[in-house]
Amino acid sequence: MSVAGGMQRDIRRLGLFTGKRLLALFLTILVGVYLTILIANMGGRVDDLRMVQIQGQVSEMVRADPSFQDMPSEERNALIQRQVDLEVERLRLDQPFILRSFDYLYRAMLLDLGRAEQMHSDSGSRQVYDIIVERLPATLLLFGTANLLVFFFSVYIALSLSRRYGSAMDRSVIALAPSSAAPAWFYGIFLILLFAFVMPILPSGGMVQAPPPENPLLYALDVLRHMLLPVLAMFLSQIFISIYSWRTFFLIHSSEDYVEMARAKGLPDKLIERRYILRPTLSPIVTSFLLMLIGLWSGAIILEQVFSWPGLGTLLFQAIGHRDTPVIIGSVVIFAYLLALTVFLLDILYAILDPRIRIGGD
Amino acid sequence: MGRFSALSELRNYPSAIVGLGIIAFLVSLAVYTVIAIPYDDALDKWRGGEQWRLYPVNASPVWADRLWGGRAPETQVISSRDADIERESFEGGERLFIPLRVDYQAGDFPSEMTVFFDADGHEREPFARLVWRTPDGREMPLGGSRIASQDRRSISQDRALEQRLGLVPHIGLLATPDSEAGAARVQTGEYTLMLDVIVFQEDADFQAELVLFGRVHGLAGTDHQRRDLMVALMWGTPVALAFGLLAAVGTTITTLVIAATGVWFGGWVDATIQRLTEVNMILPLLPILVMVGTLYSTSIWLMLGVVVALGIFSAGIKMYRAMLLPLRQAPYIEAAQAYGAGNTRIILRYMIPRILPVLIPTFVTLIPTFVFLEASLAVLGLGDPVLPTWGKVLNDAQSESALYSQYYYWVLSPAFLLMLTGLGFAMLGFALDRIFNPRLRTL
Repeated sequence: MSVAGGMQRDIRRLGLFTGKRLLALFLTILVGVYLTILIANMGGRVDDLRMVQIQGQVSEMVRADPSFQDMPSEERNALIQRQVDLEVERLRLDQPFILRSFDYLYRAMLLDLGRAEQMHSDSGSRQVYDIIVERLPATLLLFGTANLLVFFFSVYIALSLSRRYGSAMDRSVIALAPSSAAPAWFYGIFLILLFAFVMPILPSGGMVQAPPPENPLLYALDVLRHMLLPVLAMFLSQIFISIYSWRTFFLIHSSEDYVEMARAKGLPDKLIERRYILRPTLSPIVTSFLLMLIGLWSGAIILEQVFSWPGLGTLLFQAIGHRDTPVIIGSVVIFAYLLALTVFLLDILYAILDPRIRIGGD
Repeated sequence: MGRFSALSELRNYPSAIVGLGIIAFLVSLAVYTVIAIPYDDALDKWRGGEQWRLYPVNASPVWADRLWGGRAPETQVISSRDADIERESFEGGERLFIPLRVDYQAGDFPSEMTVFFDADGHEREPFARLVWRTPDGREMPLGGSRIASQDRRSISQDRALEQRLGLVPHIGLLATPDSEAGAARVQTGEYTLMLDVIVFQEDADFQAELVLFGRVHGLAGTDHQRRDLMVALMWGTPVALAFGLLAAVGTTITTLVIAATGVWFGGWVDATIQRLTEVNMILPLLPILVMVGTLYSTSIWLMLGVVVALGIFSAGIKMYRAMLLPLRQAPYIEAAQAYGAGNTRIILRYMIPRILPVLIPTFVTLIPTFVFLEASLAVLGLGDPVLPTWGKVLNDAQSESALYSQYYYWVLSPAFLLMLTGLGFAMLGFALDRIFNPRLRTL
């Protein structure tokens, strides 16, 4: 009975905690997205640019149309003006920005991201949501793979290095750690140089070959081939610093008194590692894993650009080039949601892993 | 342990010494660059144009060629000022025979051949006929034409000549007589370009320059606009160091002051700062920078401002807060309060200096992050519009598909300098980390 009661209390507290965190995160996203909308508008500059663009496009269209060729110029100018007004009304550029900004915010929070002004998805949809969702899997695939690889490799290697601390392997990893000062795209350039040009065995960019293979198995293999270099670039730029910091972390923890005690008792190394080192350090490990994810969401643009990977980063870059405000805001909203989701997961995992949060509270 | 003894302890770390050496090299290179090529000069040079007309297009560095045992030609300029000109006067004008002699010993053909004329002040345009004489005595007429005041004749682009030779002119003219397309060999020796010029005004000046553009140039090579890459590689150093240092100082100091203020005042101030930090975590830095770059200006100082502004409420605040919290109750701060120190004084003189040593390593490792950030922006095409930087060289190389055309030096040399900067600061930072972080000292 007391055990069940304890469980119930735990769940209630966890629920309360979750609710509070969700509310806080919601407010955070709200403010963050609104700031983005303000920044994306650049103090009315974007509107001016779009006005010029509309004016240019409409007059181009009218002039190119042979049926308006014989029209007197005054009449034609009036026609152009009417068309421009219609377009302005469609994009609601005649309303004050403040009004539009709250409207953008409301719809952005509901993930109703609106229609793109210039861009469209590969399947032809003009909905910003479709455009982004189409690109999301590519980004998730690439960065998910690379991050998981880096994370598990580094924790595993760091554990074994901390056991053999001071060995030649250990020293060389420490010596290599500063190489992580360079970002992934930087290694990407070298990898492209080496494996796509000097030894042309791998593709220099893109996600699948053109035309894509029909057979799903061949398709997957081809994507894998294209993923190899970008993943390797991210792996190279992260792995050594990652191993280094985990190694230091484990070393500090393995000199704790209770670990020394376990050693003195003569417990096997594997058991000490699992129960005495990994278990108490689990929450910092998970934290840093998720923090790494946060860092990589926004670092993706250039790597995707260098490898012409059709992901969110490339999309955002193209959208900025087209001055397509809905797409820009849409991508940032998605970025914000992804980040907030990560932070939320972090909080929940924390609450589960760290008994102090579960039991504490009121 | 005092701070100075900590610094002298650096001697025990080889990586710190290497790092310091690299930084010292970069700083001296930066200082030398700023003195040797003044700012305005550098901007003017990087703008390109006529001043680079005697430089080859996409020549690789000399040392790279010589290292692999190559004997690729450097640019040779033969001016009529050094030639023995024969003059023959006639009624209403003068006939000049200008022999431009080239001693060609390189193992490869030039990349381009052009004759530049300088015929200012002629009322009636002079007429020049060109004849090419090879070391084995063959003569090839290259045609004649009127010469405008600042004229040039690109021999490489002479289609008629190319048809006649069966080879691109700058190869065909220097090849052995039995050469065929695809397997031409260089005939070394003394060539002569004979200019047979008729001028109609004896007092006006007439000069010609034959340029055999090389395939290698200088220490750094040249780019697609004939600019010497050395200008950008050298000027990239002070720009990168200044950007990295200023951005690191700007973000670290503002963040630190804000974190300390939050900790000292506590309550709603602290709560606001915490929430702002969380909002800031959601704002993606790079997309915003890209946005500012495309919509406003790509000036490096504007970028610096945005980086610092967005860095103020960075995640670092959480870390500093954790370090500062225990200090709040420290006896020495209570003592300061007792003697009547104000809030500002306590924050700036008592709290911040206390955690500064722990921050030095972070600060040093932060510098290359910003150096690479600047390069990243440039690679995205958002580099400073006028300043030559390493990132812009990389961007040019990428947009001209340097890797595809095998101009590897174009990518490798700026990349090498970036890597050097990154490594130098990172190595020093890591060593400092081990010295200043007490928990790492015993490891």
